Amino acid sequence: MQATKSAVLILEDGTEFRGRSFGYDGSTAGEVVFNTAMTGYPESLTDPSYEGQILVTTFPQLGNYGVPPSGGDDSLKDYYEGSRIHCRAIIAQDYAFHHSHWLAERSLADWLKEEKIPGIYDIDTRALTKHLRTHGSMLGKIIVEGCDDVEFYDPNAENLIALTSCAEPVVYDAPGADPKPFTGTLEAAPDGKKTVVLVDCGIKHNIIRCLLARGVRVVRVPWNYDFSGIPADGLFISNGPGNPDFATATVENIRKAMNADSPKPICGICMGNQLLAKAAGASTFKLKYGHRSHNQPVRRLGSEKCFVTSQNHGFAVDSETLPEGWEPLFVNMNDGTNEGIRHKSLPFFSAQFHPEASSGPRDTEFLFDEFIALL
Amino acid sequence: MKKYQKVLLLGSGALKIGEAGEFDYSGAQALKALREEGTTTILVNPNIATVQTSEGMADQTYFLPVTPFFVERVIEKERPDGILLAFGGQTALNCGVELYRSGVLERYGVEVLGTPVQAIMDTEDRELFVEKLNQIDVKTINSEAVDSVEEALRVARSLGYPVIVRAAYALGGLGSGFCDNDAELETLVEKALSFSPQVLVEKSLKGWKEVEYEVVRDRFDNCITVCNMENFDPLGIHTGESIVVAPSQTLSNDDYHYLRSLAIKIIRHIGIVGECNVQYAYDPESMDYRVIEVNARLSRSSALASKATGYPLAFVAAKLALGYGLFDLRNNVTQSTSAFFEPALDYVVVKIPRWDLGKFHGVDRHIGSSMKSVGEVMAIGRTFEEAIQKGLRMIGQGMHGFTGNRDMKIPDIESALTSPTDRRIFVIAKAFAEGYTVDRLHELTKIDRWFLYKLRNLMDTSGELEAYNSLDAVPKELMRIAKQQGFSDFQIGRAVLKDMFPEHAEEASLAVRRHRIGLGIKPVVKQIDTLAAEYPAATNYLYLTYNGSVDDVAYTGDHRSVVVLGSGAYRIGSSVEFDWCSVNALMTARKEGWRSVMINYNPETVSTDYDICDRLYFDELTFERVMDILELENPHGVILSVGGQIPNNLATRLDAQNVNILGTGATSVDRAEDRHKFSAMLDSLGIDQPRWRELTSFEDIDGFVAEVGFPVLVRPSYVLSGAAMNVCFNSDELRRFLKLAANVSKKHPVVVSEFIQGAKEIEMDAVAQNGEIKAYAISEHVEFAGVHSGDATIQFPPQKLYVETMRRIKKVSAKIAEALNISGPFNIQFLAKNNDIKVIECNLRASRSFPFVSKVLKINFIDLATRVMLGLPVEKPAKSAFDLDYVGVKASQFSFSRLGGADPVLGVDMASTGEVGCLGDDTDAAILTALLAVGLRVPRKAVLLSTGSPKQKADMLDAAHLLHKAGLKIYATGGTCQFLNENGIPAVRVYWPSTPDSHPQALDMLHNREIDFVVNIPRNFTGTELSNGRKIRRAAIDLNIPLLTNSRLASAFIRAFTAMPLEDIEIKSWQEY
Repeated sequence: MQATKSAVLILEDGTEFRGRSFGYDGSTAGEVVFNTAMTGYPESLTDPSYEGQILVTTFPQLGNYGVPPSGGDDSLKDYYEGSRIHCRAIIAQDYAFHHSHWLAERSLADWLKEEKIPGIYDIDTRALTKHLRTHGSMLGKIIVEGCDDVEFYDPNAENLIALTSCAEPVVYDAPGADPKPFTGTLEAAPDGKKTVVLVDCGIKHNIIRCLLARGVRVVRVPWNYDFSGIPADGLFISNGPGNPDFATATVENIRKAMNADSPKPICGICMGNQLLAKAAGASTFKLKYGHRSHNQPVRRLGSEKCFVTSQNHGFAVDSETLPEGWEPLFVNMNDGTNEGIRHKSLPFFSAQFHPEASSGPRDTEFLFDEFIALL
Repeated sequence: MKKYQKVLLLGSGALKIGEAGEFDYSGAQALKALREEGTTTILVNPNIATVQTSEGMADQTYFLPVTPFFVERVIEKERPDGILLAFGGQTALNCGVELYRSGVLERYGVEVLGTPVQAIMDTEDRELFVEKLNQIDVKTINSEAVDSVEEALRVARSLGYPVIVRAAYALGGLGSGFCDNDAELETLVEKALSFSPQVLVEKSLKGWKEVEYEVVRDRFDNCITVCNMENFDPLGIHTGESIVVAPSQTLSNDDYHYLRSLAIKIIRHIGIVGECNVQYAYDPESMDYRVIEVNARLSRSSALASKATGYPLAFVAAKLALGYGLFDLRNNVTQSTSAFFEPALDYVVVKIPRWDLGKFHGVDRHIGSSMKSVGEVMAIGRTFEEAIQKGLRMIGQGMHGFTGNRDMKIPDIESALTSPTDRRIFVIAKAFAEGYTVDRLHELTKIDRWFLYKLRNLMDTSGELEAYNSLDAVPKELMRIAKQQGFSDFQIGRAVLKDMFPEHAEEASLAVRRHRIGLGIKPVVKQIDTLAAEYPAATNYLYLTYNGSVDDVAYTGDHRSVVVLGSGAYRIGSSVEFDWCSVNALMTARKEGWRSVMINYNPETVSTDYDICDRLYFDELTFERVMDILELENPHGVILSVGGQIPNNLATRLDAQNVNILGTGATSVDRAEDRHKFSAMLDSLGIDQPRWRELTSFEDIDGFVAEVGFPVLVRPSYVLSGAAMNVCFNSDELRRFLKLAANVSKKHPVVVSEFIQGAKEIEMDAVAQNGEIKAYAISEHVEFAGVHSGDATIQFPPQKLYVETMRRIKKVSAKIAEALNISGPFNIQFLAKNNDIKVIECNLRASRSFPFVSKVLKINFIDLATRVMLGLPVEKPAKSAFDLDYVGVKASQFSFSRLGGADPVLGVDMASTGEVGCLGDDTDAAILTALLAVGLRVPRKAVLLSTGSPKQKADMLDAAHLLHKAGLKIYATGGTCQFLNENGIPAVRVYWPSTPDSHPQALDMLHNREIDFVVNIPRNFTGTELSNGRKIRRAAIDLNIPLLTNSRLASAFIRAFTAMPLEDIEIKSWQEY
């Protein structure tokens, strides 16, 4: 028997799930969401879109392959999707106290302890998932044996985008090159390289990697940065956590870009999809329990092309509210919700799912190519 | 989308090692998918015991060999507009490719549906395959195709040993293996070349991980990977021989999706339409990989993936073959979401192979790159520990899990770890017990440390339990953890209640059960819903786990369930026939308004298709688990008599718990199973049986043998399928065997029976109600008694029985049915000699031959039996229904070619892995068709005869005449040659391997392919000695030359093929008889 402390997850409706602690022995609170992916816990934990959330993995065994090394710059990690763990806690049925992988630098438990993130196992995560599915995502808190109680915390009442976005703009010239601070002026890129302004709403690092791999220069700017003065060839709006309603500054900036004379191509992912839609005039709404998995089927409208996608979002665009000139680009084949939009004549499009994957299937990475081709 | 009117589906024929029940499942799914479209379906499959060849499946069913010769003639007659090749394993694929190449398909305008033939050829021909993948820069294993031993040697020397040899176009790694030097290579390549014109020699990547992806693609280029799987055993052990885990456990997200993306890239490039699997070797120390192979068809892995995920791969593949897109299809489990998705699992699946190597004399027990297992189990849990312990019990070889088993003697643990056998997992347990560390075990086995750590957890828990001597002393938390790790009540009992073992094991297990239920430690029921609970699912696909707190099913306690216990892993002696019985029992129960509930754990079956019943518990058939389920279900009753011996053995224990056993009562089952009680009953009824006695000392045995005379049949008591039985012809044999038997079973006395030579063996399959026989089928073995009934060739209706014998059999059967008050299916085996009949055995359950006689008679015995068990009135079928003007012959399929070293002789111990059943207007036609369907070929050149004892020589004389008249050259060994020449049959003498200087040598002639049929009859049934005969038999098997070892069967085959040319075999469907 492992000597571990007992821990309890208390949901805002009073439901309790008892388990045992394997991570940091401390209490925490957040919004409880589930993800049905079978791999990718290091990526998920560091994904800023999980800011303020307690992640339930439906795959029952957690920690099997340990944690890869924490290499790279904080603004662009080698194996992580953010500079730190963004989840408030992680919950699984079972935890592998012995991991095995050639790349593993340490165990998940050690990492969680270091970053002061609780982890609980021995919880009926299927029952918990069904509860969340039936009653919707809800707030919850974890109290570890011998630790103080905490208040419930609602991340959706907070501007998480501001919390997870970068503080200062930086420039990435090429894959592997050190990021440089952006000073307000930009010299012409060598070799006729194109430049993309990337609005960081809580970005997953793989979006940066995917853009750089396609030979563009990336200027990463904070969520509310007025980028209208940057001479760029295209605009990219990143993913990000929480409620899109907080990002009014970003929406304003996007709208400005859209309304420019001969506007540049714009692409968005996840939060980027929602913000682009809002800039166009459409509205968003909160899904009952969101889409968090690696197996969401989407169809490109007007075609017979279907894709398995990686998703992580709690809000969605209401396709019905798309104004004149816009149309849905992708639709979710399970529940019919919006999975992307595009402008009928201008080079603006976005996807609700994650073409950059990491974690999850990589079948839609071609969207980056489609964006680059527009530049 | 084009609409197909009539589609031909090719089945896989008899079950054999490497090609088993999974293709009944995939074919049945495909037929269902076609029927939904209103397409007329034609099925060619001689495997009469399958579900797919049942009424209501295909519109026309042909019990004919799946060979180009027969399939062409079916096409000529039926004129289908489409053909499906991907649902009948390698047999169907090979047949289809040949029909394509020879232009038959084009000539008759038959379109290959699904994956195009060119794509199939690109994956089957190694050189084309490598070239194809090179085009997209995908790495394959560096190998060269060769067609001679010399070439192979050259390639191997240039690659450097060790190398692996594979036969192209072969199923399940037939003829494959590792070679460390020239000598090993020569032997293996010669053997491989006898199966395949092309052999691959490649560099060995022993120790790499082996990972598979099941991929689906539609004609619009949409792709999904339905499941990935990881082998517990590293590369070097065939995936069919390996423990397999789904989904992969030790791959990171990068690993997983790197290989997934590659798989999709590969199948797009090859152009699969439907389903295929991609197998990788994956470096455990980097992201380096090699593609091992791509199977452009449904496979054992795809059946496993279907069961592991709930995604009906075969059904979907059939729809895609008809032209649908994945986006057109719904997820059958949720009914609301799309079939274009990738299942998310919230549980762990472990597949474990089942071997039966103990049944073969001289077989090499090592496992490696060629498949030897005869079946498999799938266990579902919410931790690896839980799943693997379930699985180790499911394989049904007396093991209770990873720990808590009888102590095994392993002389050299280290070599047992580096050169694994079928017992490898238990060697690991032993090694842990001896103090081996995870690192050391990893070094020796190359099994990923993650798995070894998990197994070590089990060892640790077992150790913690052993520290206590009473259940009350065991902490509740430890008890709970043990159950979460899959420990059975028995295992916990053995660890804690040490004094009660082994004598009071059952009581101890019950005590653990009571104790833990008192603590509130009970399993919960979870659904397999394909989406990890993300969407509501109305699925009835269930398993039990201790890793959970809430049931997914709301039980109402309405007593409307009828629970049918299935047959477990396919093994020698229990196979697809019991699946057919289980499925039919479920269908009848459902039809009669009951909730049909199945418990079974064999992923290769139709009974574990959640479509076939109202609730499927994919779980153990142990007393403990069955009770868990019955307590949840609260059923009307349980059917134990359609799943073979496993459920039958539970009768007494379930009865003791007041379970309502439907049909014949447990007391009667016990009276039939217990030798003494049964014998006493026969005596009181005045029914004759071979004399027998249960004896405990050599003196007593000698005394009894003096009374009845040799030969005698010797067996340890209470074993399934004649395991460890033997016939002894003299005192030496008897003593030698008894030493073995005494080792096999110390506690149990030995049963010695008189063995009657030259007797006919007759089967009575019947259904009775309240002791009155309602329907029956008497069938006759072609071979004389002495060949296990599961290996014998059976004709029905009987062709050569006296009317008086038949009458006596009916009378005796009626008496037994009445005495045991049978309500349900039963089977009695008789010996008959000159109208004297003796009862050998009686089983109060469906027998292996139920589907055969049901289909030949066209009266479904299981439907009748189930109606009886449900208490419904059953009318006797009209007498005329039993009067057939055609013959059915059931022939056995052997898999000796897979079992290196095994002597391919038949005896009282069963050896066959499958069977076929063919129909004909007369015996010759039926026998010929059936034997061709199990792989025999009509000789065109020459025959080698060695016909055993003088009596057997005389028996074969007529057949030898026929061979001569047919213009076949006859070669014969010494005695046989002399006997033939003396009787006016020209025969050329060949020499035994024991006189290597005389020529011609029999073995040389076989190697030179001068002989295309061998009849080699062993003198007796012991089969233990390394004899001349054995070398010839083994050579015939290894060189793929048809071999028969029984004079009666050989005569029947020779009579049949000399009497009628193949062209005269009528192409007639089952429905037309």
